[in-house]
Amino acid sequence: MSVASASIQFFTRLLRYRTKCAVPFHAASRILISPYLPQVFGGNKVLLGTCAQPLRSEEKVTVYFINRDGRKITTSSAKGDSLLDLVVEQNLDIEGFGACEGTLACSTCHVILDQKVYNQLGPITDEENDMLDLAFGLTDTSRLGCQVCLSRDLEGITVRVPDRVNDMRRSDDAGPTL
Amino acid sequence: PSLTVPDSVALVDIYERLPVPFGLVRFGVAPDHPEVKNVINTFTQTAQHARCSFHGNVRVGKDVTVEELQEAYHAVVLSYGAEGNRTMGVPGEDLAGVYSAKDFVGWYNGLPRNSELRPDLSCETAVILGQGNVALDVARILLSPVDILKKTDITQHALDALAESSVRRVLIVGRRGPLQVACTIKELREMVNLPGTRPEMEASEFEGIAETLKSLARPRKRLTELLLKAAIETPGEEELERRNRAERAWGFRFLRKPLEVLPSTDLIRAAGIRLAVNRLEGDGEGVRAVATGEVEDVECGLVISSIGYKSLLIDPAVPFDARKAIIPNTMGRVQQTAGLYCSGWVKRGPTGVIATTMNDSFDTARTLLQDIGKGTLDVSTVKPGSQGVSTLLEKRGVKPVSFSDWEKIDSEETRRGEIKGKPREKMLDVGEMLQVARA
Repeated sequence: MSVASASIQFFTRLLRYRTKCAVPFHAASRILISPYLPQVFGGNKVLLGTCAQPLRSEEKVTVYFINRDGRKITTSSAKGDSLLDLVVEQNLDIEGFGACEGTLACSTCHVILDQKVYNQLGPITDEENDMLDLAFGLTDTSRLGCQVCLSRDLEGITVRVPDRVNDMRRSDDAGPTL
Repeated sequence: PSLTVPDSVALVDIYERLPVPFGLVRFGVAPDHPEVKNVINTFTQTAQHARCSFHGNVRVGKDVTVEELQEAYHAVVLSYGAEGNRTMGVPGEDLAGVYSAKDFVGWYNGLPRNSELRPDLSCETAVILGQGNVALDVARILLSPVDILKKTDITQHALDALAESSVRRVLIVGRRGPLQVACTIKELREMVNLPGTRPEMEASEFEGIAETLKSLARPRKRLTELLLKAAIETPGEEELERRNRAERAWGFRFLRKPLEVLPSTDLIRAAGIRLAVNRLEGDGEGVRAVATGEVEDVECGLVISSIGYKSLLIDPAVPFDARKAIIPNTMGRVQQTAGLYCSGWVKRGPTGVIATTMNDSFDTARTLLQDIGKGTLDVSTVKPGSQGVSTLLEKRGVKPVSFSDWEKIDSEETRRGEIKGKPREKMLDVGEMLQVARA
């Protein structure tokens, strides 16, 4: 994996969020960016999403979102990215969702899953847990939508968007103020 | 929320003092946190909306008063944040080598008013007062390898100064104990993983902490576990080797409150800081720091106080609570002033990250839309809007900068950055920004 292709991946993703059009990702260009690439973007942190196995175009996955107002949104995608990608691509009306655009720098894509679905997902990184710590209304089956990768196993799941999305960096909760 | 209201269509104008938008996202977020700045894309989309226009280089309170804005618009929303800072209020605070975190951050982030700060980094030890995320940002920027910083949008003059810096040890000092530390785990983890550095803390300051872990809520528990690991756990072989090779050190110091900044023999600069030693009283939310009478002196040449920002009064016509340093309001409606609203730090106080403040702004917008819907905000009369204001500004010789003017500044900064392998090289001078904007 090269620095150049990591850069291209980063900027393509950024472009995609800005223009909200789908940009096809080929399996070969999928890069797992690890914490051990500090020089690329000037920091010692995990940068992008970890969806390494994109769905192929004939594998549509249907996902049901329960929005904060209780309304159910049915959506499906043939793209194998994350729940956040799905919300963005389908332009779902979920206020303030994904402020940092999937870079593990906020908790605004916090979603609550069913226990069975939660259990079947992979392990949670320290970086995701660190941001989950700040999510409002955290539960034992909470995940960040930008880290939940779509796959055929997730066909038909229900994803609940919690009542109020607030980065809890305030003194009453974890003690932090900024 | 949507900018449209039934039977009418909202036009929104944004007035900003500087020629460049985005406030703390540009000037506050650390250079090595570029992903936190991704919200700029959302803000840009909003600013480019047909019914939204940006007017930079306009000083509200000077070039145009809030009253004049209220005459021109159906509603005015004050979201001007907190540009002041809390002072320590101790002797020696004005010595050379003492800075507020607000100014220090402004310096490395290119805030025009801090461009001449020229902080003296020729000492070995720096003491930061405060243990929030801003304090950790400052510590991290002081100790980060320059090779990492040079790929960020940190200003060139800061990069040059940091490359020459003699600072090898940073103490991050707080009034209370390890369980009250105000930073979040992401920032603490960055310090723990910072290349070329090692943690150096006093085990005695952590007595009894491990025993409390099981009773803590998840966020505090994970944060405290990481802190204990860095502070007192015996490292494995690899980590021990890494620490032995590290040339720079950082650590928290607890239960210490600044009493005085001690001067050098020529009385011009800081040479140390005198700290009162505290103990904790009470428990849970009611924990308080109480002076023991003991005092400790720490030798240092750089003192940075990171004890909080503070909102200032923008215009005498706007109600202001000087004690809390916020605009008195109910859910964003400014008290006793119809048609005036507020959001963000000037409404709630200077805490919370982008997402918190963003949600707060959504709340104020909802309040405003509700008021229109209920009829408590009268939008039936015709108001001149930006036409009215531009007439006034023209008379006063003020030329606003539009969003597309900003885009010229943006392109130029990006171009200059590209040459050096940085995302941008920020302009430090308002005059230069205006020149590029008008080109």
